[in-house]
Amino acid sequence: MNSRRAGAVLVAAAMPLALTACNSSDGADGGKPRIAIVSKGFQQQFWQSVKKGAEQEAAKEGATITFVGPPTEADVEQQTNMLSNALAKSPDAIGFAALDSKASAPLLEQAKSQHIPVVAFDSGVESDIPVTTAATDNKAAAAEAAKHMAQLLGGKGKVAMVVHDQTSRSGIDRRDGFMEWMKKNAPGIKLLHPQYGGGDQIKSADITKSIITSNPDIDGIYGSNEGSAIGVINGVKESRRKGIRIVGFDSGQAQIDAISSGLEAGAVTQNPMGIGREVVRAAMEAIDGKSVPKSIDTGFYWYDKSSMNDRKIQAALYK
Amino acid sequence: MTTLKAPADTVTKAAHAPAGERTSGGLGAAARDRLQQLLAFAGLIVIVAFFSLASGDFFTYGNITNVLFSTVVIGLLSVGTTFVIITGGIDLSIGTGMALCAVMSGAFIVRMGLPLPVGVLGAILFGGLIGLVNGLNVALLRIPPFIATLAMMLVAQGLALVISHSAPIYFTNAPGYTRISTGNLIPGADFPNAVVILVVVAVIAGVVLNKTTLGRYTYAIGSNEEATALSGIDVRKWKIVVYTLAGLFIGLAGVMISARLGSAQPATGMGYELQAIAAVVIGGTSLTGGKGSLVGTVIGALIISVLNNGLQIMSIPQEWQDVILGCVILVAVYADMMRKRAA
Repeated sequence: MNSRRAGAVLVAAAMPLALTACNSSDGADGGKPRIAIVSKGFQQQFWQSVKKGAEQEAAKEGATITFVGPPTEADVEQQTNMLSNALAKSPDAIGFAALDSKASAPLLEQAKSQHIPVVAFDSGVESDIPVTTAATDNKAAAAEAAKHMAQLLGGKGKVAMVVHDQTSRSGIDRRDGFMEWMKKNAPGIKLLHPQYGGGDQIKSADITKSIITSNPDIDGIYGSNEGSAIGVINGVKESRRKGIRIVGFDSGQAQIDAISSGLEAGAVTQNPMGIGREVVRAAMEAIDGKSVPKSIDTGFYWYDKSSMNDRKIQAALYK
Repeated sequence: MTTLKAPADTVTKAAHAPAGERTSGGLGAAARDRLQQLLAFAGLIVIVAFFSLASGDFFTYGNITNVLFSTVVIGLLSVGTTFVIITGGIDLSIGTGMALCAVMSGAFIVRMGLPLPVGVLGAILFGGLIGLVNGLNVALLRIPPFIATLAMMLVAQGLALVISHSAPIYFTNAPGYTRISTGNLIPGADFPNAVVILVVVAVIAGVVLNKTTLGRYTYAIGSNEEATALSGIDVRKWKIVVYTLAGLFIGLAGVMISARLGSAQPATGMGYELQAIAAVVIGGTSLTGGKGSLVGTVIGALIISVLNNGLQIMSIPQEWQDVILGCVILVAVYADMMRKRAA
């Protein structure tokens, strides 16, 4: 009796594995180059867009890819496991967006000793092992936001900045890019000191309200990422002030709604699908032994009410 | 009264029975307990054999080491929490508690400049302190373990962010620290220390669970708490001891994860508790308490990391990896239920 039950359980246990076997036949590579991509996230819309871009490019170039990422951007150990699992299957190239560049250093060394080229993406790692880094030029993207803000205000007025943080590379670049463009090109615009809301919607909304209270003559506010921009939108809404121009960054449903309703003038979006495409393209070039530029600008778009439904921009937006 | 008397007998019997025979039900119970362990082990073998056949990259020295290395953190957490689950309790604070202990290790060694062994010991004891507080809340204040440790999960997550100022603490100035995890204690072998530590600690925990008074009372409390108390055992005291012991494992896991990464990541940890509980359940330990084994737990933790590794090596899409892991948990728990129905 017991042994029969045991048998049944074992059969049941094997079922998901059998399922696995069926599934993997789709991925049989048949000599195609294999690229293993380890991302910073998986289920978030931004990373799904990166994945889609990578899949499209892989189909075009005749490569097989795998794409994995930890549940949250705090799960550094899980990402490390994913990278070592990726290395274990000896792919032809690796795409890697490091959550913590130091934690991954020994594994990058291992990739080097296995002669597997590594393409860094989204953010660089403190290492010269990656053949290239495919990422958004945040400074240029922030300058684009500044340019549109200046145009909206006719070149003069008072502008505040709500930035997500002062320590991360993206926070610094999106702040400095905005400030430097204004200083150089819009002498009529007075910039207030940047305020930091940690990318938190509530905190950024509170900051926005206190800026409006202490500067009743404020003309425009810039939010440097999705959380900051949504915070600015809500802060302006809650303070019931009319006529403040808002310029944001990234997308997300709340920002898309605010832009369609005219509350927010527009925003700069990164190009997540472009990031995915560039990772695969650079990996293929590295596999073929071609030289790859040290950094790849994956581009960005300015979008507003009028351009929001363009196909190219729709592809870059996420809800 | 007769209803109380019977379990009380069972408890006395359980408290003095040799290892592996402490479930009620008389003849064949021990055999059925062994069967569950055997099933988990057979499951592990089947999965390993499957992946070895499916991919030439799986069964290599490098990759098996890889799998063992990635089992360490979940393994430590699940070994500690096995004790709590056998008493019929649960500990949800082990994941974020681990992150807090990692941060404390960073605070002791990097910020305060304490010598490495002192800092490591401090972090492990800090884990014990977290467990002690859990134990006091559960045993003295009689807060249900689910709620008490859920609250601790949030407290630990918050404190980890507060103490670290929401930024990772890097052990750059303590180069010996990462070697605790990644160094090779076994000379000449490319085999990480972390795995050796997991094995040693799991064996010690196994001895504690099977050969000591603490172990016997752990099973007794889970089998029938009321009867255990009636037979003169200070249930509250032993519960506090069990949670504190689990806390020491939280501390050790905190040291091992930060040593591996070379940094204490304050925001990590959420979700680890569920993975550890899954490992315990796959290993045949019953969530209703009174039954379970550490061998099973270690096998459970191995099954999870073998699946994670093997499915990735076979390039199974990540969505399906979770589906398969979920199915394995269902099968394991169903097997456990069948065993009980047979009893």
